[in-house]
Amino acid sequence: MKSKLMYLIVIGLLLISACTSSSTQPGTQKVDEPVVSTEQVTFRVLNWNGYGSDEAFALEEFGKMYNVKIEHDYFNSEEELLTKIRTSPATYDVLLPNVAYLQIAMSEGLVEPIDVTKMKNWESLLPRFKDLPELRDNAGNIYGVPWVWGATAVAYNTEKFPEGITSMNVLWDPANKGQVAVFDSFEDEIVFAGLALGDRTPYQPDDLDAVKAKLMDLMENVKTLWASEDEFNKLFANGDISLGNYWSGAASRAAKMGLPMAFTVPQEGALGWIDTWAIAKDAPNKDLAYKWLDYMISSQFYVTWDTTAGAPTPTTQKSLDALPEDNFNRAVMGTPEMIEHLVFMETMSPETREEWNRLWEEVKASQ
Amino acid sequence: MEPALGRSEGITINSTAADKEYKTSGAKPPRRNSRQKQEIWRRLKNQGVLWFLLLPGYGWLAFAIFIPLLIMFVFSFLSDVPFGNRVVEFTFKNYTDYFSRSFYWKLTSKSLMTGCYTTLYSILIAYPMALVIAKVLPNRWRSALFMLVIVPFWSNTLVRLYSWAIVLRNGGVIDLLLQFLGFKPATLDILYSYPAIIVGLVHGYVPYMILTLYISLDRIDNSLLEAASSLGASWWQTFWRILFPLSLPGVISGSILIFIPSIGSFIEPRLLGGRSGTMIGTIIEDQFIQLFNWPFGASLSFIMLVIVLLLMGIMALMLARMRLLRTQ
Repeated sequence: MKSKLMYLIVIGLLLISACTSSSTQPGTQKVDEPVVSTEQVTFRVLNWNGYGSDEAFALEEFGKMYNVKIEHDYFNSEEELLTKIRTSPATYDVLLPNVAYLQIAMSEGLVEPIDVTKMKNWESLLPRFKDLPELRDNAGNIYGVPWVWGATAVAYNTEKFPEGITSMNVLWDPANKGQVAVFDSFEDEIVFAGLALGDRTPYQPDDLDAVKAKLMDLMENVKTLWASEDEFNKLFANGDISLGNYWSGAASRAAKMGLPMAFTVPQEGALGWIDTWAIAKDAPNKDLAYKWLDYMISSQFYVTWDTTAGAPTPTTQKSLDALPEDNFNRAVMGTPEMIEHLVFMETMSPETREEWNRLWEEVKASQ
Repeated sequence: MEPALGRSEGITINSTAADKEYKTSGAKPPRRNSRQKQEIWRRLKNQGVLWFLLLPGYGWLAFAIFIPLLIMFVFSFLSDVPFGNRVVEFTFKNYTDYFSRSFYWKLTSKSLMTGCYTTLYSILIAYPMALVIAKVLPNRWRSALFMLVIVPFWSNTLVRLYSWAIVLRNGGVIDLLLQFLGFKPATLDILYSYPAIIVGLVHGYVPYMILTLYISLDRIDNSLLEAASSLGASWWQTFWRILFPLSLPGVISGSILIFIPSIGSFIEPRLLGGRSGTMIGTIIEDQFIQLFNWPFGASLSFIMLVIVLLLMGIMALMLARMRLLRTQ
């Protein structure tokens, strides 16, 4: 009798633990909600986790300036960002789409047009970014404020490659078998492989089969695929990998944390991206959103971010000038030659996205 | 009405427990009990209490399982997720896509094999353990041994998997132990490989097998084993001819509990499998989390569901035939 009761208890506990553990999902987190005083407004930001706007200094500075509580929600891919604003209209105030995805958000009516005359810092943007056609609809309305930009290129261990890296084909070098981690994203990998093949227009590939074969070869060297900054850093810190394709801002943060990591844009080029702040359709705090846009592109915010945590490259000359002479963002990334050297992300048609995604799935399935 | 029901409830519990005792010992329960049960049954029916008792369970099933599944089933025939102002249409494309690319089938069979390996290793590990707990050890030891099985199960999946990563990694616990013992393997590359996935899955699911096996082994009457040995059966014959066939229901229910979740697993392959960690489960996860192609993710899930149902059907048929053969 006694042991029968025990089975029941044991099985009950098993079921409870099975339920709780299966609901865990890697990557998605939400910030805890502290108690709010009634007069304080809550300002909702949708961004990548650990990407500048949720730094403690920023939350405090902006929060104090306008007496607001800033609440963050995070996404792990641009598609997830789009789905979040599609499914929760009038919830978020500001969001950070990649410029290649801003057009999709615009066409679906998910973002508000921005009256740049109401912004204090708009004019300080470099013309290259201010004049981007992707920010505008056909009528010339502006929907995004370019914030920072960077590259997905090669990060490597300075202890294992003391002489540095010049070509992205080191990732294919049989000597580095089992040392490579690559970003689990069809877009980044197909562009990366295209560039490695010497194609300067990887968004219009000469030969998609050659790209597939190149990626199949790459998989021979790959230890594992990474999906988040944290994951790449852990693999790197444990010595499981010594090189891989990585984000410029993330690499500078990792180096600041003390990892022996260097970042290079190889001779073949790399994938460039621009992240833009946008105001969500029917944002609850539209006036505050303008203040937020101004604060985000201010050199005051940027310099603190880059010097304390590590940031991608800024879009204003003022922020560049405020950096130390030898700063990577100022000395290497911010130069006009570098911008020419990069292939910037493009808005892709749904058909191409599906075709590329199937190709990447097939490459992954070959292992 | 309330107090009357309360009183009769007490009787019900006693009588059903007593019924079970009689059933296990093979004797027939006295008539009085079954008449009493019928009486209570009738009263429950009359008072509409039956509905009241069944509604929470079935209501929950409908809301939490049936309706979401139905929505997903509808999604699997749509061209896009119907959010925002997108135009969606009815299509079979999500299903034909699965069959148009050979690698989806390749991944499906890889996932099915993973389920087989996980189940097989779980049986090999769990059977001896459950046998010892059920048939050899005294009662007071059982609780302690069960705790040892259950405690790792309380921890979060991610914690368990990351701790496996520490154990399996180069320079990790196993590697250091082998080096300490004098083995000098060049590199013991277990982490980020297919075997690491199996290790993680078996660790996660083996308690299910131990528990179901224990329950079915414990039910086997010891006098049957004594009878076998007194009739001259060897230890092996007793096991193979009596104990094992009688414990088969436990083996099968444990296998079902393990096989189904492990063919759909995605966390273990992703965290431990490295480049060989792409399974049908991770492809489905990608559709939902990364690509937001819910319709295709849903259609893949339903294809897997059909495959699982087919396998279960075949298994049930085989069992029925086995039972038929045994009775003949």
